[in-house]
Amino acid sequence: MAVAPAATGCTNMTAAPSLRFRGRARIDGQPLFPDIDLPIAAAKWTCLLGPSGVGKTTILRLIAGLSCAVDFTGQITTSDGHPSMGRVAYMAQSDLLFPWLDVHGNIGLGARLRGERPDQAHMRDVIARTGLADHLRKRPSELSGGQRQRTALARTLMEDRPIILLDEPFSALDARTRAEMQELTVELLAGRTVLLVTHDPAEAARLAHGAHVLMPERLHPIDLPDTPIARAIDDPATIRAQSQMLGVLRQVPA
Amino acid sequence: MTWRHGLISGAVLLVVWQIVVSLTDIAPFILPSPSRVAATLWTSRVLILDNAAVTLAEILLGMLLGSLMGMATAVCLTASRPARIVLRPILVFSQAVPVFALAPLLTFWLGYGIGSKIVMTVLIIYFPVASAFFDGLTRTPPGFLDLARTMGASPWSTLFRVRFPAALPSLGTGLRLAAVYAPIGAVIGEWVGASRGLGYLMLLANGRVKTDLLFAAILVLAVMTVCLHFAVDRFARWLSRD
Repeated sequence: MAVAPAATGCTNMTAAPSLRFRGRARIDGQPLFPDIDLPIAAAKWTCLLGPSGVGKTTILRLIAGLSCAVDFTGQITTSDGHPSMGRVAYMAQSDLLFPWLDVHGNIGLGARLRGERPDQAHMRDVIARTGLADHLRKRPSELSGGQRQRTALARTLMEDRPIILLDEPFSALDARTRAEMQELTVELLAGRTVLLVTHDPAEAARLAHGAHVLMPERLHPIDLPDTPIARAIDDPATIRAQSQMLGVLRQVPA
Repeated sequence: MTWRHGLISGAVLLVVWQIVVSLTDIAPFILPSPSRVAATLWTSRVLILDNAAVTLAEILLGMLLGSLMGMATAVCLTASRPARIVLRPILVFSQAVPVFALAPLLTFWLGYGIGSKIVMTVLIIYFPVASAFFDGLTRTPPGFLDLARTMGASPWSTLFRVRFPAALPSLGTGLRLAAVYAPIGAVIGEWVGASRGLGYLMLLANGRVKTDLLFAAILVLAVMTVCLHFAVDRFARWLSRD
């Protein structure tokens, strides 16, 4: 697939690879999800939907190389042959801001944890793009939900990783802030390979280039309009995709 | 509780005490009136302050050493599995031994000076500080640790830049307890054998039926403990600020 990543926010990023997640997982001897084949396109947004407890977060954690209590059989491959581990940035539903650091400290957290100095030029750029310049000396407790999630986004951008894993990062926000954050995130993560886990079909229809619904028996691919993201919420094709996903989510297994 | 509430209830207590003593005509060596205690506090101020300074030094040094040792233990327990296997039972056992019972032994080993009292104080506050801080170090929000891992933080960096600051509010809890126990440790140490300090002064006053001096010494000790409590509380709040 020909990819023309926008230059937005990418300073020293190598071309974002595509990923392929193949395998099955068991937890305490019980199957969590069956053998699935989930393609994650390069420099695109892929959404993974599904009911709670179906293993969406487990897939994210496996790609990120984080510990999880499942027995995974399968493999995670990338188009460039390098492992995904170490090239992944991760944003969760909880913003995971460290309460003892101010906004500036939280944005530069990655470098601080590696014992490096944050790249000041990159940092200024990220701060400007996320609109946090007036809040740098504030503690997370002094920020609104939207400002907190923007700080988390800035921290993610500072990592400058080609693969971004998003675990329902917008679900705790109010409707208006959520729409704004979705648009800002799409803009700033352009050119990176994004896997978004969500339980909200409307969000997936709006943000995904490709989407899959994970159900306990199998993975359902979804047809999405071939239009740029973030799509308008009232676009007919978006609404059609949304109802298709809702249909799959609500179907009763035979 | 605010300062003002404390002053009001203290004043009420003093008034009731004075009235009871005046009305019952009780012998001063049984229960001296507050005014008599205040007079003794003034006339014996040099004696009391000299001894209070010794006790205060024991408390502060004991607090400092005990807190540092407790913190170091908690960090070791968190960082290393062998340390957990070896140190944890010792930690629990140290709590099972009544520390007061060790006081005569400590005096025997370390003498009548300030050393045995500091060790006594350290022993008494070591466990609350170590266990509270260890608890905090092991209860880091899992999301923080995941984030640190994806960012490529080393185990060392995760311990000192994530777990350690996240555990400071728990350390504050341990230090608050330590501030209550530390004066008890110092005074018990002095009771068992000392030539200086408020505990020594109390025993001396009691033996000579100088009840007013005994009360004055207790009052000074109580004031010191309350001040220590407020100072540590303030420090603990600063530790858990966000």
